[in-house]
Amino acid sequence: MSVSRFWRKQQNRYNLIGTHCTTCGRYFYPPRSFCPDCRREGKIVDHKFKGVGTVVTYTIVRSAGDQFKFLTPYALAIIELDEGSKLTSQVICDIDKIQIGMRVKPVFRKLAEDGKSGAIFYGTKFVPA
Amino acid sequence: MREVAVIGVGCTKFGERWETSFRDLFVQAGALALEDGNLSGERIDEIFVGNMSAGRFIEQEHIGALIADYAGLATDNIPATRVEAACASGGLAFRQAYTAVASGMSDIVVAAGVEKMTDVGTEVTTDVLAAAADREWEGIAGITFPGLYAMMATQYMHRYGLTREQLAQVAVKNHDNGAKNPNAQFQKPITIETVTKSTLVADPLRLFDCSPVTDGASAVILAPLERAREFTDTPIKVLGCGQASSSLALHDRKDICTMDATVAAGNRAFQTAKVERKDIGFVEVHDCFTIAEICAIEDLGFCKKGEAGKLTEEGYTARDGKLPINPSGGLKACGHPVGATGVKQVYETVKQLRGDAGGRQIDAEIGMTHNVGGTGATVVCHIFGRV
Repeated sequence: MSVSRFWRKQQNRYNLIGTHCTTCGRYFYPPRSFCPDCRREGKIVDHKFKGVGTVVTYTIVRSAGDQFKFLTPYALAIIELDEGSKLTSQVICDIDKIQIGMRVKPVFRKLAEDGKSGAIFYGTKFVPA
Repeated sequence: MREVAVIGVGCTKFGERWETSFRDLFVQAGALALEDGNLSGERIDEIFVGNMSAGRFIEQEHIGALIADYAGLATDNIPATRVEAACASGGLAFRQAYTAVASGMSDIVVAAGVEKMTDVGTEVTTDVLAAAADREWEGIAGITFPGLYAMMATQYMHRYGLTREQLAQVAVKNHDNGAKNPNAQFQKPITIETVTKSTLVADPLRLFDCSPVTDGASAVILAPLERAREFTDTPIKVLGCGQASSSLALHDRKDICTMDATVAAGNRAFQTAKVERKDIGFVEVHDCFTIAEICAIEDLGFCKKGEAGKLTEEGYTARDGKLPINPSGGLKACGHPVGATGVKQVYETVKQLRGDAGGRQIDAEIGMTHNVGGTGATVVCHIFGRV
């Protein structure tokens, strides 16, 4: 991913900042600038998520693309945040311990790097709460 | 809207075609389709080609013009359009061709699909395919396609009690069908143990739960039904068509285990075809992973949620079962050159309905195709019948 493309979403990734529609009360992480329910009636503001959530489903990735190969095997999960939005993230834990319903909280970690001399991308991953 | 028929079909051998280039693949498929439809290239009015990622696989874009050119039609100056929706590119190319003929815009139209995947290494292929998911919010988390489908499988097994063996039976059944298909990448039957003892790729999915990396091309020719008998004694009519989209990212689906785009596209195909589930003789579904076939059978409405594993185990979806699924061997055994798959499904369905399917022949009047892009963000279904 190019540096500018990553940088644009840096605050969202570093601090788990998503959005919130004040018209209907729905929360969005990843952030959306347009509410699918309220459409043009929606009013979107930034929202810093508490970050705690629950594992909806998971897998252990044992074979990955170039950028993530060095991390294998790693736990990957869909997490439902307490505000009611779902996201995809790695969960840093003993890969045999992850399970559906597990409570998790956010941590700041290196996500990937763009080759040996490219940018290093940081952001949020999760650990058992 | 005019009624539309498929009048000619062609498909290359699927596999690791080291000796054959991208261009040669689609030229071979096109020539086979023209020969089958008993017509020459200058009769073609328009071409649609499904292709996911030639830009990254062979560093070539502008595929529509390339195909028309190397099919020898550069001086005919016909419209040639590339269609892209990840692994549903082929099915969408067919839909575009169908609407072109049905609308009266064009008469003789080619729908083709092609993908050359083995000119890059496995890790690049994994990354190219990951672009079918949400790069900004799934890609950066380190998803892989097996990983996304594995997350569906984890939740599905947890909720419905699907067993490891039931999941493996999908692959066993599809390899059994592939063994009867001379175009299939894998033509060897396997056992449950072949699957359950293969390498873990993304738990619970193992190597034999996954469709392979494949080179291949397929092409079919469409014409107005009223003109179809100029070309063939066995035209196959397009009875119904349905396309749908859903959230790009798996995490944004209301239910991880239901492809709502499959539900919508399936319903639209049944409504336009004016046929019932019970009228369908067989289905070519998008089994990019074993769990995908289980979900497809349910989401298309052939059984209730949670029942497809048991039906598969009981042989309901086998070639001699009540509803054969993937007589071609599916993506699992026939192979999955992503842009070509949707057109190959049409090829197989036409061969079956004509009674031309050799050792894997099924006796059926009506068949259906189901082609998925990504984890279900695009789905396209077609229903076909004998005339």
